[in-house]
Amino acid sequence: MSAFLPMLLVAIVLAPLTAAIIVGCGMRFIPRRAAHVLTILAVALSTALSAWVLWQMVFAGMGSYDINLYDWGSIGNIQFNIGFMIDRLSVLMMTVVSFVSLMVHIYTIGYMAEDPGYKRFFSYISLFTFSMLILVMANNFLLLFIGWELVGLVSYLLIGFWYTRPTAIRAGLKAFIVNRVGDFGFILGIALVLAYSGSLDYSQVFAHASALAGQHLELFSGLVWSVPTVICILLFVGAVGKSAQVPLHVWLPDSMEGPTPISALIHAATMVTAGIFMVARLSPLFELSDTALSMVMIVGAITALFLGLVGIVQNDIKRVIAYSTISQLGYMATALGASAYAAGIFHLMTHAFFKALLFLGSGSVIMAMHHDQDMRNMGGLRKYMPITYFTFLAGSLALIAFPGFAGFFSKDTIIDAVHDSQRTGAVFAYWCVLLGTFVTGLYTFRCVFMTFHGKERFVVEHDAGHDGRKELAPGHLPHAPRESPWVVTVPLILLGIASVVIGWLTIQPLLYGDFFGTSIYVAPGHHVMQKLAEEFHGAGAMMVASVTTPTLWLALAGLGVAWFFYVFKPAWPAVLARWFRPLYLLLLHKFYFDEAYALFVEAGSRALGRMLWIGGDGAVIDGVLVDGSARAVGWFSRILRRGQTGYLYHYAFVMIIGLCVLLGWLLLR
Amino acid sequence: MITLFDFLALSGALFAIGLAGVFLNRKNVILLLMCVELLLLAANFNFIAFARFLNDISGQVFVFFILTVAAAEASIGLAIVVVLFRNRSSINVDDIDSLKH
Repeated sequence: MSAFLPMLLVAIVLAPLTAAIIVGCGMRFIPRRAAHVLTILAVALSTALSAWVLWQMVFAGMGSYDINLYDWGSIGNIQFNIGFMIDRLSVLMMTVVSFVSLMVHIYTIGYMAEDPGYKRFFSYISLFTFSMLILVMANNFLLLFIGWELVGLVSYLLIGFWYTRPTAIRAGLKAFIVNRVGDFGFILGIALVLAYSGSLDYSQVFAHASALAGQHLELFSGLVWSVPTVICILLFVGAVGKSAQVPLHVWLPDSMEGPTPISALIHAATMVTAGIFMVARLSPLFELSDTALSMVMIVGAITALFLGLVGIVQNDIKRVIAYSTISQLGYMATALGASAYAAGIFHLMTHAFFKALLFLGSGSVIMAMHHDQDMRNMGGLRKYMPITYFTFLAGSLALIAFPGFAGFFSKDTIIDAVHDSQRTGAVFAYWCVLLGTFVTGLYTFRCVFMTFHGKERFVVEHDAGHDGRKELAPGHLPHAPRESPWVVTVPLILLGIASVVIGWLTIQPLLYGDFFGTSIYVAPGHHVMQKLAEEFHGAGAMMVASVTTPTLWLALAGLGVAWFFYVFKPAWPAVLARWFRPLYLLLLHKFYFDEAYALFVEAGSRALGRMLWIGGDGAVIDGVLVDGSARAVGWFSRILRRGQTGYLYHYAFVMIIGLCVLLGWLLLR
Repeated sequence: MITLFDFLALSGALFAIGLAGVFLNRKNVILLLMCVELLLLAANFNFIAFARFLNDISGQVFVFFILTVAAAEASIGLAIVVVLFRNRSSINVDDIDSLKH
């Protein structure tokens, strides 16, 4: 068993990579069919093997597994290894990642059917699956960082997938640059870990974690901080970038420029949760610092509430879901900050299913609308696309934490955990996440009602051609909207089933059954989950009890408000927007984050770039070094040229002088 | 009694005259050739003087060779001057600065 486990793990990781390389390099030689068959088979293999390992761990008593497979190199005493740490946390992530990826692969066959970049797309998403698996399976910080950067790279490639669109190129660049800011903190954190514990391996760092606790370092003169706090805050800066927390969230809404399957896979279900996973993985470090955990909680809570508010005023269906993703990531971060890592990971898992479902559902709607994403042009789609409608509804109910659906169990646990937390900022965080449920209900069902209910706001022009033979204005369709093909609806149905049952099935073992065992460490005194466990009497009892909690009623209130404004009185939102114009503008401009960055950061870096361009490159490198050396040679040779007269007797004279000097030197030395 | 020094002084004087001719002459290439011959003669003079005073005949043998070669050289030099004149219709030294280009 343990003899062939390493091979099996390598197979899980390398299968998608191999498929990506074959499809990516052989793009010109293989048919379209082979592109999707190969990648889907590879990812299906990863999914099956991951699920098998999960099964072994849960039901066959397999222990956790930490192995170095390859010695990459060493500097001094520091070893760089490629190795995997397979415990219940990582195997859960592996299964979720590969399963959602598999669903997205299948869905892509339908969604990208008419796209000229079909094979390139399959190559990229397989590469993404490989990168994400590396990230979650790593047993050391270096491999974690490699996976972290690889997923960032693939995210960039896929946001800019339609590289002829200027907006897509800008969005890709923005994602990449904003993530660099986060990664800067992340790599500093890793460097500090290395500096203070002398190793990059999780196991060794965690073993020496307690030794870090007492140490302090001086950041600036006079400013002394404890080492774990600095390390954890820096690492969390990386998570803020990757998981789109305030204030580095600005890239995620723009990343919706990418194809919808990517929004589902990378920018909702898996990659953006890498930050959450990382914090949970490094829980032995984070548990050492109450300050850092407070910061995680407060940043998460702010993100959860305020970015949800932005979602209320968006009209692009994908952007609404993108803001919802940011908000839900905020919930996860809040859970981590309350030391309820299990709840955070649980929400990560349920969210992966229902958010992938929502995105794929919105993609199905977008296909029916001929790639128009504006919800103002939709409405009444319920009767045209019933499968999409019902699965989307299931995802939405899961998102607003309706009892029984997956999101309910995870989100309610998070809210309870934050409520019980004694940490600084917990009260603020509690109110944020609590009010967040109302906001979630509002924007989610605003989206559902605007898309599927109410009056049909699109126009069908029967005489217009299909396939762009005649350009149609947004909201004008050549035929009535149709339900999507089976490759689209099957993943929707599978994810829909998962969104309904996964919370019910797994809450008991995941949160209260010691599923994570030693893979997540919670310091004594931080045991909010233990307290919740005492109050937990099964999933059914939790649903019954939810009737008495404010969360359910707030979510339903949000739903009701959405129904009132978007089904019952659809004219009212515009009136409200006029009345509360400043507030509306504030939300419409996403709290002016983009504008502030453009004004301060972007203008500053542009000025710096201009200075370096004109002053540094233009004046110093071109002017002094390149042109200057040429000028110096010219000047020197102008002087030397005077010696070359062309007259024989001058040359002869110089020869004689030389001879005399030589002779004189020989005689006199 | 004529000493070695007198011979060497004469040879030095001849050499100096030759040099001065080479350097100062700005007009005539033929004069230049003659001065070069004078330089050679100064050298030959040294050979003969040393051969006489060291009782070594080889110095005088050298002079024969040098004179032969010098005659050949002078004829080639004069031929060059003739060609030069045909090409540029001048044998003025100051006009000949094509080495500069």
